[in-house]
Amino acid sequence: MNFDFSDEQKQLRDQTRRFLSETCTTKEVRAVLEGKHKFDRAVWKGLADLGLIGVAIPEEFGGAGAGRLELCIVAEELGRALAPVPYSSTVYLASELLMLAGSDAQKKAWLPRIASGDAIGALALVEGIGDPTPRSIKVSARDGKITGTKTLVPDGEIADFAIVVARGKAGDDERGVGLYIVDLKGAGVSAKAIETVDPTRNHAEMTFNAAAADPLGATGEGWATLTKVLDRAAVLVAFEQIGGADRALEMGRDYALDRMAFGRPIGSFQAIKHMLADMYVAATLARSNAYYGAWALSTDAGELAEAAANARVSATQAYQLCAKNNTQVHGGMGFTWEFDCHLHYRRSNLLALSLGSLTFWENRLIDEMRKRNAA
Amino acid sequence: MNFDDTPQEAEYRAHARKWVKDNAPDDLMQEFAAAEEIRDRDARTAQIVRVAKIWQKRKADGGWACLSWPREYGGRGATPIQRVIWDQEEGVYGALSGPFAIGQGMCGPTVMAYATEEQKRRYLPPLASGEEVWCQMFSEPAGGSDLAGLRTRAERDGDDWIINGQKIWTTGAHFCDYGILITRSDPNVAKHKGLTMFFLDMKSPGVEVRPIKQASGHSGFNEVYFTNVRIPDSQRLGKVNDGWNVSLTTLMNERFSIGARLATGVPEFFEFASQTKLADGSLAIDDKAVRSKLATWAARSNGLKYTAYRAISALSRGERPGPENSIGKLVAAPMTQDIAMYALDLQGQMGAISRDDATPAGKLYQTLFHAIGMRIAGGTDEVMRNIIAERVLGLPGDIRVDKDVPFNKIPTRGR
Repeated sequence: MNFDFSDEQKQLRDQTRRFLSETCTTKEVRAVLEGKHKFDRAVWKGLADLGLIGVAIPEEFGGAGAGRLELCIVAEELGRALAPVPYSSTVYLASELLMLAGSDAQKKAWLPRIASGDAIGALALVEGIGDPTPRSIKVSARDGKITGTKTLVPDGEIADFAIVVARGKAGDDERGVGLYIVDLKGAGVSAKAIETVDPTRNHAEMTFNAAAADPLGATGEGWATLTKVLDRAAVLVAFEQIGGADRALEMGRDYALDRMAFGRPIGSFQAIKHMLADMYVAATLARSNAYYGAWALSTDAGELAEAAANARVSATQAYQLCAKNNTQVHGGMGFTWEFDCHLHYRRSNLLALSLGSLTFWENRLIDEMRKRNAA
Repeated sequence: MNFDDTPQEAEYRAHARKWVKDNAPDDLMQEFAAAEEIRDRDARTAQIVRVAKIWQKRKADGGWACLSWPREYGGRGATPIQRVIWDQEEGVYGALSGPFAIGQGMCGPTVMAYATEEQKRRYLPPLASGEEVWCQMFSEPAGGSDLAGLRTRAERDGDDWIINGQKIWTTGAHFCDYGILITRSDPNVAKHKGLTMFFLDMKSPGVEVRPIKQASGHSGFNEVYFTNVRIPDSQRLGKVNDGWNVSLTTLMNERFSIGARLATGVPEFFEFASQTKLADGSLAIDDKAVRSKLATWAARSNGLKYTAYRAISALSRGERPGPENSIGKLVAAPMTQDIAMYALDLQGQMGAISRDDATPAGKLYQTLFHAIGMRIAGGTDEVMRNIIAERVLGLPGDIRVDKDVPFNKIPTRGR
């Protein structure tokens, strides 16, 4: 059994961590938080130059042609560094949707530009409160034109193109749902910035008014394609979450060792030690579950849906626990703007909802467990 | 990243699998299951130990007992990964060897580290083959988590030591032949510095074993009383007053068991929720709240499984597994308790009915009590958290007000 990353993959981790520790400190994260930029262009450019945006894109489309395990490595480091870049939208979602459902011409048009860092992609899915279902998709696609409003599009304001989930045929079930590529520089597209719990990541409300749309795969297959890509992306977001969880745990541990109260380091009090031990337990379980997700993702195993949901549930709980307890260990200082605790608190709460709520992934896990048991 | 064996591991697995298939103790499993139904403790114990000994001897004759021990002590010098492969292949039959778990898992390594060569050759092979059963006598009424607070006295008398005192929570003392025993040999020095370890014949005059009636009504453990028990100095393990260090060898083995399948209660709860209808006629597993809780528990249980896989992978590479294995019992034990209580809750007032049948509800009812013990045995949840905080995260040790105080000057009453 070799349930671990290879030495080459671990080198990639070290390389990515080094790059981010030099270019993406919390100073850069705060510049986006405070509205100086919408995302960090230097980090984005650096990731492209290192070949990390197109790491899983085939060489013929300008990528590095590596596998999904390498993506997991990069995802963990981005989560750890709180990187304020549109990596998940562009790489886990847009790029994966193109690779899974795109025609050769569509791949040629977009993948090389993605890999070079020149095109940022987004997924336009959400149309209101609650986790999306086929029934919730009202934005319409008629005669090659998209019309309607997507209420929250991650990276919507900075993306060059979006993959829009829209209703191509009448009805309210998944048979009418299709995916459409929309060039956001074209006519009939407007984006309005939306401030979220974590302003280090861009979000927008997007309105399409007869915007030109290029169908990605057949209408009726859209929802199934989306579901598969959401499962894949869930594993990668779980890696971002375990990266963040580990960092929040380290911050809490370090502060507990340094901070003195009652004549002793606060880390010598069992109330603090046990809180940190619980964070370690949650982070360890989440890491092991994420590894299983990575295995399922990299082998496209039949277990992917269950493994992805399992990884997501575990990673969401671990990152939220680590981020909130890190803040608690820091006491009053944790509630200041100046200390970095709130950066993880914000990100952990944003990622907890990314690609669907905890409840959504819990339900998916139970459904998949039942299917496996019935088989 | 894969779950495949190396060619050498695959060969070893095939070898183990064939042996298990050829020697499958299905008849013993039936007797083992039947023993659970026997109400009389002595008769039940006798049947469990009898079938355990048959299976253990069969394994020993085939070369599969304590396989990571050296050959001269009854093992086969197997590597840690081979040991894991064997455990996987032995599978459910491993439960038969339960009565030997403490002797082979904790006493054996201690004897191996501290006994004379002659003693090792005398005592280890029959311990491995199950012909002699060992127990471990550490905990006392006044020393549990604070083990070094123990009070059982050992006083030198010529070539012997005279032992007086009491041990508690001794698993299997009522059917064991030998045991290791930690005692206080010098009460005038700080508590960790005045301890000495021995092994002794459990049939020595002055040893009295009494069952403890547990909160569940069952009796799996014992108190052991020592009244002027003589132990020859030749049965001392380690130096006089160095028993604390010797005990660390034993305890390290207690907490280091890779790939051991800890009961989490998740499969039982999944089955329970899939079968149980709520008051409105719907299945429990279709209920939102049930799904949410089950998902959390399942993810934690899966996390333990894959954490074990990471450790096995390290062993396979010839490395020492990281500290992540210390989380197992801390995750599993409280979770089983939460699950058991929730299973009761879902049945409404009917959940209060006492049951010990083989249905998922019956098993979960039993878990309600079993979990209390699991959260304490081998290190309480709180001790486990301290271990993680101190040894894994590098946080400071607790402040110990009795650290440099002579043992006999440490206060013994709270108020």
